[in-house]
Amino acid sequence: MNPDTMARWQFGITTVYHFLFVPLTIGMSVLVAVLQSVWAKTGNEAYLRLTKFFGKLFLINFAMGVVTGIVQEFQFGMNWSEYSRFVGDIFGAPLALEALIAFFLESTFLGIWIFGWDRLSKGVHLATIWLAAAGTFISSIFIIAANSWMQNPVGAVYDADQGRAELQDFGAVLTNSTFWTQWPHTIVASFVTSGAFLAAIAFYMLVKKNKQGGHPDEVVAYKKGVKFGAWVLIIAGIGTVITGDLLGKEMVTVQPTKMAAAENLTQTIDDPAKVGFQIFPGVEVFPGFLNFLYGTENIQSLPQLEDQFKAEGFMQFDRATGEPMAGTTLQAAGTDGFKDTLDAAVKDGSVTIDTAPDVGVSFWSFRLMIAVGMLAVLGGIYLLIATRGSHIPNPNPWTTCVAIVLPLLPLIANSFGWILTEMGRQPWIVNGVLPTAYAVSPSVTTGTVIFSTIVYTLVYAVLAVIEVKLLLKYIKLGLPQKVETSTADEGQPLSFAY
Amino acid sequence: MMTLFDIPATSPNWLQVLWLILVAVLWIGFFFLEGFDFGVGMLVPFLGKNDRERRLVMNTIGPHWDGNEVWLLTAGGAMFAAFPGWYATLFSGLYLPLFLVLLGLIIRGIAIEYRSKQADPAWRKVWDWLMAIGSFIPALVFGVGFANFLKGLPVSMSSDMANLNGQAMSPFGIDVPVFSGTFWRLFMPFCLIGGLLLVSLFLTHGAFFVALKTSGEMHSRAQRYGSVLGVVAIVLALVFVIWGNTAYHLEGQLPALRIVAWITGIVSVLALAFAWYMNSLHRDGWAFIGTALATVMLVVMFFAHFYPSLGFNNASNTGVPIDLTTASSSQNTLVIMSWVALFMVPIVLAYTVWSYFFVFRRRLSVNNMPVDVDVAV
Repeated sequence: MNPDTMARWQFGITTVYHFLFVPLTIGMSVLVAVLQSVWAKTGNEAYLRLTKFFGKLFLINFAMGVVTGIVQEFQFGMNWSEYSRFVGDIFGAPLALEALIAFFLESTFLGIWIFGWDRLSKGVHLATIWLAAAGTFISSIFIIAANSWMQNPVGAVYDADQGRAELQDFGAVLTNSTFWTQWPHTIVASFVTSGAFLAAIAFYMLVKKNKQGGHPDEVVAYKKGVKFGAWVLIIAGIGTVITGDLLGKEMVTVQPTKMAAAENLTQTIDDPAKVGFQIFPGVEVFPGFLNFLYGTENIQSLPQLEDQFKAEGFMQFDRATGEPMAGTTLQAAGTDGFKDTLDAAVKDGSVTIDTAPDVGVSFWSFRLMIAVGMLAVLGGIYLLIATRGSHIPNPNPWTTCVAIVLPLLPLIANSFGWILTEMGRQPWIVNGVLPTAYAVSPSVTTGTVIFSTIVYTLVYAVLAVIEVKLLLKYIKLGLPQKVETSTADEGQPLSFAY
Repeated sequence: MMTLFDIPATSPNWLQVLWLILVAVLWIGFFFLEGFDFGVGMLVPFLGKNDRERRLVMNTIGPHWDGNEVWLLTAGGAMFAAFPGWYATLFSGLYLPLFLVLLGLIIRGIAIEYRSKQADPAWRKVWDWLMAIGSFIPALVFGVGFANFLKGLPVSMSSDMANLNGQAMSPFGIDVPVFSGTFWRLFMPFCLIGGLLLVSLFLTHGAFFVALKTSGEMHSRAQRYGSVLGVVAIVLALVFVIWGNTAYHLEGQLPALRIVAWITGIVSVLALAFAWYMNSLHRDGWAFIGTALATVMLVVMFFAHFYPSLGFNNASNTGVPIDLTTASSSQNTLVIMSWVALFMVPIVLAYTVWSYFFVFRRRLSVNNMPVDVDVAV
């Protein structure tokens, strides 16, 4: 096994797992803050009880995001030391700034929010959850900016003396067109995830409590939760379609091979204007649909792109003009640089690089992301219909099924989205610049990586079981009883304690 | 063959020095804050004689532990951004120790968050012990690690290393500095003392923190624990400071910094003695400040040894050029990061202080812990 294969498996496993919790944290921090704001503004108890109920579920999820996140930052140095050395001048800064600007804000104010119910005024306490939510947002900006740079390495030059990429224009990294399409897509997907989570859980409890003849206040509160979550899910779902379309158009220019693989364009294309959308590999519908999505000049097959790379080197070209793209200085490189060494090595055959990503993985993850994500939106629409007016369905296997499956759908869609993003970028770790195989740590044995991957996987599996068990327990406990939020006496139990 | 370091060896510029200092500041913040966190974590099963007491101990760090851990993430991020060569060689070289640290941090984080979420005594007992183990491992490994840096980590060029993975160690002929030691060689006697020193220092620091944050029976018990643990820490610190400063000097260490290392090392030991004495006078605040100062001074001592070698044994005759200058990022990156740090560090410090000194100023007692009817007391 190649050393990079196992390091990639480890990155895949730990990152997909970490990203189960991240979008829930991003979305739920805001939704909980909104619920608390509505309570602060209207004084309606229902919103306070929803805040406390979903706040607890949010925290159970947040803990997992925190502990699995540390692995992510250390992994670059541990498994990918030559990547880190090559890109640290550019890629390190967003990670450092993420910790300094976002993580401190998020963790400190969340700690204050959790323990501060009886120690702060209503307004200040409300501000703490908004600051924590701001922290999660700022964090997403930095980490997606870092990832977007790997997809489209702008604002950097190759330093032949140091043998690495160096920052030339930090502004270009922050205004990277890939960032401005990938980040909105990630954010709206986070709201799909948290909207589905909130709506499905509220729906489950609504149906159950209504049947059991729960207190009317409780039923009303759950119903508010269902509607709130479902609307967030549907609106954000529309957002994923719009941002996803923009992201596809972006990718087709900066990473044509990714989209060619995602659309299964493995045969030479005779007439780009007539290429349809493939539902299954080779089964085309809607002739000309790809032209509608991406524009004729951007529809290229993998064999075409491979020929182009062989002839011109690994560089992005503007499909319309044939000129090198702006902002790809790093990919263009200099006269004695790393890239020229690489290009030369490929030309003389001493290094072989298959420029096409895995077509099957790209094609199916693309379709599953869309299909599963849209299914979640349909779930949201169903919830609105099922709870329209004064309707509340009776508990039956179908309602239970919706409540269990709906929160999982966006998690699956998110995972496939990242699999497409990262697998579709192969064979590159920095698109068109550094091949993944040359980025691994030379001093770490494959056996070590296999060992650590197995341990991470086992630990993560156990934690997943525990997390789900706790979530279910706290869901079943339901809304807290009407809570006093007055300042507690010295001798009183804390309103919250670990 | 291309080499990474054609640039002539020059002395570090002021931005590189500034970022070494900032990295040191971040490690100081981490060891100071997470230091008592680790201590409190290790003490949970011992200080708490029943569920409510163990819960009390854990809740002294409740609102803070996550923020404290961010200092480590920021330190790691700053090393990545400011000194990619350092981050790359160090983190890949110390793979297994860092892996242990990560496992420890994972289980202790989950332990804090989840232990009280089930009212099952067996569940809580398991998490209490995982909390202790998950706090002990990182404390020990960081101590062993920093002692190794003080000695100087062995490095060699990747082209000279054995072919570990059955393929070229140096893709494209790019030659990079890699760690050339082994996992077990990290645990030499001096380094083990470093590990035990950090464990005992954090235990003392944690005990004094619990004394500072609690009232009643727990308060005096924490003082008693701190008194015993403090003696161990003082002895280990004395041995470590004398041994380390006498025996080890890395390539290029300035004479002035040798003196700084001696002074900060001795001050660290004296601060511990002061903390111990203040604790015996029941002056909780001063005792805590003493262990805090001891921790800070110890980190300064370490970093006085790391300039300019970054803790690598890169004697000029081994021909492995990794140091402050060659491992650093470009001027451009350092300038941008400096501006951000200039504005953000004071803000972070301000709200951290607000959290500790204003919001959560109060001492906690067992009475503040919720009662779980189904947990046997």
